[in-house]
Formats: sequence, structure tokens, C-alpha cells
Amino acid sequence: MRVIVIGAGEVGSSIADNLSGSHEVVVIDIDTERAESLTYELDVLSLAGDGTDIDVLEEAGVESADIVIASTDDDETNVVACGTAKAVSDAFTIARVKRPKYLRTWQRSEQAFNVDFMICTDLLTANAIVGVIGFPTAQDVDMFASGAVQMTEFKIPGDSPVANQTVAEADCFEELTFAAIIREDDIVIPTGQTRIEPGDEVVVIGNPESARAFSAAIAPRRNGPKDIVIVGGSEIGYQVARLLEERGFSPRLIERDADRARWIAEHLDDTLVLESDATDRDFLARERVGEADALVAALENDQQNLLATLLAKRIGTDRAVAVVDTADFADLFEAVGVDVAISPREVTAEEIIRFTHSQRTENVSMIEGDRAEVIEVEVDADSVLAGERISDAAARLPNVVFGAITRNGEFITPRGDTVVEPGDHVILFAETETVEEVADLV
Amino acid sequence: MIRVRWRTSVSYLGTVLKGLTVPLLVSALVSLAYGESVVPLGATAALSLLVGVTLERLERDGLGPRETFLMVALTWLSIALLGALPFFLAGTGVFADPVNALFEGMSGITTTGATVINDFEAHPRGVLFWRQLLQWLGGLGILILAVALLSQLSVGGARLMETESQTTDLTKLAPRITETARLLGGLYAALTAAMTLILLALYAVGAAPGMTPYNAVSHALTTVSTAGFSPEAQSVGAFSPVVQWVVVAFMFVGATNFVLLYYLVRGDPTRLRKSEEFRFYLAVVAGATLLTAGFLALDGTFPGTEETVRHATFQVVSIVTTTGYASTDFNTWSVGARHVLFLGMFMGGMAGSTTCSIKTFRWLVVLKSFRRDLLTAIHPDAIRPVRLGSSVVDEETIRDVYAYVLLSVVIFVALTVFIVVDVGRAGVRMGEFDVMSAAASTFLNIGPAFGPAGPYGSYDVFPTTTKLAMVVLMWVGRIEIIPVLVLFTPRFWRE
Repeated sequence: MRVIVIGAGEVGSSIADNLSGSHEVVVIDIDTERAESLTYELDVLSLAGDGTDIDVLEEAGVESADIVIASTDDDETNVVACGTAKAVSDAFTIARVKRPKYLRTWQRSEQAFNVDFMICTDLLTANAIVGVIGFPTAQDVDMFASGAVQMTEFKIPGDSPVANQTVAEADCFEELTFAAIIREDDIVIPTGQTRIEPGDEVVVIGNPESARAFSAAIAPRRNGPKDIVIVGGSEIGYQVARLLEERGFSPRLIERDADRARWIAEHLDDTLVLESDATDRDFLARERVGEADALVAALENDQQNLLATLLAKRIGTDRAVAVVDTADFADLFEAVGVDVAISPREVTAEEIIRFTHSQRTENVSMIEGDRAEVIEVEVDADSVLAGERISDAAARLPNVVFGAITRNGEFITPRGDTVVEPGDHVILFAETETVEEVADLV
Repeated sequence: MIRVRWRTSVSYLGTVLKGLTVPLLVSALVSLAYGESVVPLGATAALSLLVGVTLERLERDGLGPRETFLMVALTWLSIALLGALPFFLAGTGVFADPVNALFEGMSGITTTGATVINDFEAHPRGVLFWRQLLQWLGGLGILILAVALLSQLSVGGARLMETESQTTDLTKLAPRITETARLLGGLYAALTAAMTLILLALYAVGAAPGMTPYNAVSHALTTVSTAGFSPEAQSVGAFSPVVQWVVVAFMFVGATNFVLLYYLVRGDPTRLRKSEEFRFYLAVVAGATLLTAGFLALDGTFPGTEETVRHATFQVVSIVTTTGYASTDFNTWSVGARHVLFLGMFMGGMAGSTTCSIKTFRWLVVLKSFRRDLLTAIHPDAIRPVRLGSSVVDEETIRDVYAYVLLSVVIFVALTVFIVVDVGRAGVRMGEFDVMSAAASTFLNIGPAFGPAGPYGSYDVFPTTTKLAMVVLMWVGRIEIIPVLVLFTPRFWRE
């Protein structure tokens, strides 16, 4: 397929990187230097120019493109670029926007602006944060098969009862599969005898109830959070509060700007909006932020978020989640004590990639940056899986774990003798090098 | 140097006075029908036409906030004066005294319903009909005023209505404000007509003896307008229980926000159902009724349950909606029941209705903002907007509401003290509670009080000075204090 990516920022580069292996990728960026540097880094064609300019798009070969992805940091540019591409081609257009207002318009008709698929960064990020907050020790949460299956990545704390148990001992949940254990730089495909060590990150795939039960088994003393504090009334902060309200929480939100604080207070019924600087220690003591179960830092820049989360951890907050704009900093954040760092750009790139992967792949979750992926595949009659027993299929697909199967929306735990039928949704764990190959085979 | 373009205000006043000729002539026709002298009403009609046409000729030069304040204040004052003229010209009974006539005129146009009449037989039917019609005009006038004039200038009461109606622009049912005023006026007239027909139908089937066509029209005019004059000495107590229930229903409707009523009539009940103020108003009425009925039952005031419930409901609705009708002499009720009614005087109906007093909306805002203060005591940095339903009440409105409530209390207390002193000076024997209730009842435009000015008594007992003070405060209270008080600030007249 020919894919045109407009914008070579973090999101665009990450998408181009991911797709360049199996597709023809053209990247357009207005910044000549950035476009040029990409040529050396990736096996893509890069063009310097304005992605909303019809001449530039034609030069990039938009007439023969299958997909146009507009992923610059500017909402309006992305929307216009999609409209421009549609004027001269039939390509499937994907637009990334930050603010949810365009998403709401697009959802009304699913055609607005000539955008075929719209991804709202701030809303996606807020969703990811809310998903992670729900599970103590969870690093990443993604849903598959319309919510019937959940992939969760847990970090095992030192004092966890699960630490030092074997997988066989820890696995007392019928509808849960241990897909992988990430230990430092290694990805271990576990067997029953694999020992879970403190500090390991365990990727499990199963139905949401058993994921919840496993979460409780890992950290029995930490129940679901009740008191959640959001620092920063950015669009992400506001959306997190809104989504938490939808789930029945009454979060507290700290915003320094009086007008913005007032705006949020007027728009959110069940959120207690506090107008203050989140680094004011008197204020933090007065509001007992240290006693909060979870704190989300969604301020304007990475440094502020780091400071806010570290300060919160220091005064005793159980769990701190930070929004990190520069995806490369995410690991660093987690290394210095932030429990979870969520990068809006990474979340966005992940979401866009799921649309551009092999056609039958319906959903993708990236593990540990991009070293492994969890993918969802709908099995059709031509697939190598159709009519096969899982033990036989697994023998042919190296380093793949069958996480879950759903049949007519019903959850099925994959066992060696489970036979895959056409129409089933299979959720697979695979390392990135093999994922394309796997996706093509199945 | 006077900067207010008073000629503009007076010119608009002229138009209103010219319009007043029509209802005066209608009343004159009633006089004619009953074979009474048409001079009092006819002469007044001629005078209002003459004055109106003359004033209207003054040059108009743009109606700004100051001109509107002046016009509103002058309109109510002038209609009170002109409206009192037929009473004085008829000159029968208490109306031989011009102050009494003026009192009745102001009480009429402000829909207060406080009366100086103690012998209803002494007065011609045409003049009594004018008294009823004056109240109907007062109820309609305030509604149009709130929508058409004050909402454009965003003055106190009208801004409240806008917030409570739950969309920024709901006071405007149509893009043009005159169209909105016409729609609401139509609804008002339709409600009056409907009530008249119901009363006539009850009379026709024999369920409402005494409810003659004259009485049916008279009571419809002063019920929907929540005004409370009745040509009967016994007020609504003179009629059958079923009539009293009909009156209860229409008093309640009259004190409901007309914009919400308009949507209800148009087949959209959701706005009314969702209105937090409406639910609060309903809860207040229900709570006060239960309490009153409880007191009455405990005291054994009435022999039967139906009677107890009916009189409790009637009296609570009548007082809370500031109508002021009576179904019985509640003056004789026990202390508990009377005090529930006294507190009810300060309540009022919904904003955007024909009702007076402080209004449920303001109390709701006060309560909610007080609850917010409790929260900010615990969380000093919390930003907590005050909400009504789904909309946010802006801070300026909250300040206005506090100022209004405080000002009302101050004026009420000052009036009470004034009357106590004045009554003492004139040697009239009257208890302090009676004085307090009379002060509240006139200033808050309710009508009857306790003691000598009770439902079956009259305000004639008060000394002339007190009556004049009440005339001024009925005027101030009806147009929501600010438009009148602002006229007495030097700044209003100077730049």
C-alpha cells in the first residue's frame, strides 16, 4: 500500500517507522531539515512542503495513495489536509486532532471535513489515563473485541504476594492468559514454571473481570482508588475528570488559572475544582493531597508534570500518573519514581497504526514502546487458523501467544485443544519483528 | 445639568396612559349595564386620553437604562393615581377620603390586594369592576415589563428569569421582544378566559351558587394575576369548595414562570419538569400546606379532614403566590398556623410570573450560595459555581440577589417600626405581630394581614400617614425596589 504521512513530528515519524517495513511510505513535512533527516533514518520518501497544498500532495502521489494520515501538531492543518487529499484522490483519510470539538462534529456524520477516521489525541490520552488509574499497579490497559477482552500490563511490586510465585501458582484465574513477562530488557514468553520476580512487568490478556481479580491478587491492600486528584486543567485534565465522573468518581482538580478553573467548575458537576498552584506545599497540606489514592499530572509541559508527580509521591500519594509530551522521556519518568507516564503522541500513533496494519488486524496495542504488540484478528475461512487446534497453530507461529478468543461476542479461554472457527476474534501477543508475518499468515 | 432624557420616558408613559382609556371605558360599560353613573369612569377615561395624547407628543430620543427606570416608576405611579380617580369620583363609603382612594388604586395596580373597603354594598358595581380590572392590568404589566424592558437592560429580576429559564436566551420566545411579549400576553389572557369559563360552567351546573357572570369575570381577573381583590366581603370564602379548588389551581399557575408555562401549553413539559425553581416552589407550597394542615388538625379548627386540607392549601397557596384571597378568616387560627402563613409572605412564586414578594428563585440562590460558602470554608481554594438545574448562576446575579433580599428585610423592618410609632401616635390599638404582618403584606404585595387588616377586615383602621407610607412601599415593592430607589440617587440625574 502507498501511505502518505503529513507531519514528521513524533507521531508522524513513529507511524512512518512502523509502516515503512511493509508499505511504501511518503512523509511530507513543512520543515525542510526535518524532512531531510527522515530520509536518512527511515526507508521512506520524504518531501518538504505544506501538506495542505494540493501541488505538494500531487507531488507525493496522492492519486495513487491508499491512505493519507494527517498527523501534524495543528488540528486545522490536519483537517484541511484530509479535505485537500479527498479533492484529488480516493485515499482513506485519517486526521489527528487534539481538541475533542472536531471529533464531536465528525462523529455526527462520520464524513465531516472529508475525514474517514478521526483520532482525538486528548480524548484518547484521557481514556488511557482513566483505564490505568482503575487498576492499581497497571502500566497500560487496552480493550479488544468490543470490550470483551482486556490487555493489561501490571508491574509487580516487591511486597506483592504474587512476587516469587511461578506462573502456575499465580494463575488461578480461569479466563486469564499470561502473555509475556518483561524483565529489564527481555521479553519472556512464560511457561507454567516461569517464576515471577519483583519488578517484573506482566502482560495478561483476559476478560475484564479476571483482570480486575488479578489486579487485586497482585496488590491486595490497594483497593480501587476513591480519591483522585488531577493537577492541571488542560484539555486532557478536563477530559480525565469528565471520564472519571462518568464512572461515578468525584475527582478533585487543581488549576492555577482563575478563568480556566471557573470554566471547568461550570462544566463539571461532580468535580471539586481548586484554584491553586499545585507546587504550593501549604496548599497541598491543607487539601491533604498526600492522602489521595491517585494523582494525575496533566499540566502544560513535561517538567511541570514531573515536578508535580514527584512532589505528590513525596508527600505520600499512592500512585502518580504523568502525561509526558516527549515520548522518549516516558521511561525516564518511570525510572525516577513516576508510576505511569503516558505519552499522548504514543497513544495516538498506536491508534493510527491499528488502522494501517494488515487489513484483518482490527486492534493493536504496543508493549514497551514498540517491542511487542497485542493484535486482534478476525479469522476468516482462508486463515491458517481456521479449523486448527491452537496447539497445532502455535507450533507454526513462532513466539506467539494466544491471549483470548471471542466467538459471537462470548469470551473463550484459549487452551491447546481449542479449535478456532471462522468468524472468531483472536487476540494474539507477538514480538514486533514477527507481527507483520503473523498478521499476514492469520 | 440633567442628563436623563426624561421627555422620552414621559412620552412612552403617555402611550401607556392613552392605552388605559380602553379598560376604563370597558368598566364604564359595566356601570352602564347596572344603571349606575358612568361619570367616575367616563371622566377618568377622558382625562387619561387627554393626558396620554399630550405626553406622547414629547420628543422621543432613545430609551436607555435610565429612561427605562424612570418610565417604569412613573408608569406604575401614574396608573395608581389615575386608577384611584374613579374611586374618589364615585366617592361612596371610605372613598370619600382621597388617601383611601389612592391606597386602593396603588394596591390595585401593584396587584397587592390590600383594601380599605369595609362595606362592599356601599360601592357601585362598575367601580368595583374597575378595581378588579386594574389588578389584571397590573399582573399583565409586570410580566410584559420583566420580559420586554428589564431583560434588555439586564436588571435584577429579569436576569434571574433568564438564568432560571435555563438557556441564555429563553426570555425571548421569539427573536423580537415584542413578539415574546405578545405570546406571553396571549397566554395570560387565555388563562383568564379559561378560568372564567370554568367558573361559569360550575355556576351553570349548580356547583357554584353565587358565581354569577359578574363574579366569575371578577375573580378570574384577580386570580391569574395573583392579585386578590374580590367584590365579595367574604372573598372566595363566599363560594363553594369546588370554586375554592379551582381558584387554588389558577393562583398556583399564575405564580409559575410564564415562559415555562408557554412551553407546557405548546406540548413540551420537560422544561417545567426540569426547572429546579419549579420543584422548589412546589416543595415549599407542599411543605407549608402540610405544616398548616397539621396545626389546624391538632387545634381542631375545622370539623372535617377535607375542610382542614382545603383551607390549609387555599391559604398557603394564596399567601405564597401573593394573591391574598381568603377562604376563611385565618385571623382566628392558632399561633402556629398563622406564623407559617406569615413566613410564607416572604416566599413569593417563581420569577417570570405575575407574583410579587422575594420570589422562590432568590431564596434558592441564597440557599445554594450559602451551601457553597460552607464548602469553601473547608476547601478555601475551591471554585464552586452556583447551579440551578443545568445552568450556572453568574456571580453578579448572586450579589444582586443578596442585595435584594437584604434590602427587602431592611425596608420591611423600617416600615414595621414606622407603623408601630405612627399607630401609637394616632392611638390605634394594635399588636406588634399585626403591624409586622401588615408591613410585610403591603410591601411584599400580598394583601391581607393579621389583626384588624385581616382577610375579613380592612386597612381603613390605619392612620393616614401609615397609609401613605404603604402606598409608596407597594409601589417600590412591585417594581422590585431598584427602579424606584435608583431615581432617588443624585447620580441617576447627573453624569
